[in-house]
Amino acid sequence: MDENLKSELRKQGIVATTLQELYNWGRKNSLWPLNFGLACCAIEMIAASMARYDMARFGAEVFRPSPRQADLMIVAGTVTKKMAPQVVRLYNQMAEPKYVISMGACAISGGPFKQGYNVLKGIDRYIPVDVYIPGCPPRPEALIDALMALQKIIDKQSLTGADRPRHLQADAPSEFVVPEFGAHDLEPSQNPEVWQPPLVNISLGGTDDAGKH
Amino acid sequence: MTPENIKSEVEASIPGCQLEIVSNPSPSGQHSLRIDPAHAVAIATFLRDAEPLRLDYCSNVTGVDWPGKEISEKVKVKKLVDGVEQEVEEIRKTQTIGHLEVVYHLFSMEKKHGPVILRMRTEDRAERVHLPSLTPVWRSAEFQEREIFDLYGVIFDGHPDLRRILMWDGFEDHPMRRDYVEPDDFEYEPTAHDEVLERARQHRTVMGPL
Repeated sequence: MDENLKSELRKQGIVATTLQELYNWGRKNSLWPLNFGLACCAIEMIAASMARYDMARFGAEVFRPSPRQADLMIVAGTVTKKMAPQVVRLYNQMAEPKYVISMGACAISGGPFKQGYNVLKGIDRYIPVDVYIPGCPPRPEALIDALMALQKIIDKQSLTGADRPRHLQADAPSEFVVPEFGAHDLEPSQNPEVWQPPLVNISLGGTDDAGKH
Repeated sequence: MTPENIKSEVEASIPGCQLEIVSNPSPSGQHSLRIDPAHAVAIATFLRDAEPLRLDYCSNVTGVDWPGKEISEKVKVKKLVDGVEQEVEEIRKTQTIGHLEVVYHLFSMEKKHGPVILRMRTEDRAERVHLPSLTPVWRSAEFQEREIFDLYGVIFDGHPDLRRILMWDGFEDHPMRRDYVEPDDFEYEPTAHDEVLERARQHRTVMGPL
């Protein structure tokens, strides 16, 4: 529908909309996050939900203690390898449609612990992430920005067509493999359906052989 | 309350025990006492209970890994060279056995002194890694001894609940040992150098051309 015509009708007291707009408008303004935190990022997440930053303005103040009632998983903090299976299991238990915000350097890539042995190098190795927020930890404003980015993503989702979101595709997966504790590492150490090692053109030190292979 | 005093007091009251003063040459001068594992519990109980030490508080327990070293020394050996006996220099290489060491930092709340530092060594790093637990003496050592068991692989005999504390139960390695090889879950690194650069090269060949 033409946007000008729509705003003209609005002035006359007539609201015109589509089912898709109404559906997405309702969903994007009632994103209920799952109530869990892993490290210092969780403190910023709590601050964002309290009166000063007031995530309630975006309809996302209802932190649910049960994954069955939550729409949004905010992975706030360092995901250790010991914790990773539980995070994936919580994600699997959430009902579709579900979204993930990867909050902070650790949840994105392992952050300062990337070279360590006990920290998962990014939660996106096991579950699909919708919005990444950099920072160590990100400020509450950054989390609210991520929430608004996610709202824009939801607003653009179409109910029909080949590019419709995952929860409207019957054969799309909604559960992902939960890693097992292995003798030396998590098994598998990544889920290739979700994540592949990025091919990045890096300068390899003094003998720059980037791009020559 | 110098280490020398403590050593003589302990040796006077516990027959047969051996203490060795490990001096610390740094400005802090926190010298420590290496005790023999066979008498460790008796020594620890004495340090906790006896006047005038009364070391009632174990603030910290940690581990140190001392891997075995290869020592090469030049030895003069008499040998027959072309039918004539000559002195020939040979390089003889010997491999020392490594140790796992556990360090206890003790204080006295009652007397307000400390720290007194105790060290214990295992016999080697592979099989004979048993040490007596000092948790029955200082309860605060419980979790820290579990951590040393987890990360270094020291087995504490007499510990009430010796399980891994940081890594999961099925984990087999001891990550704080110097010869630990971490799992190869490496990916992109923006400022690769040294070992990381070497691994980046290996992964580049695995992942194929851009």
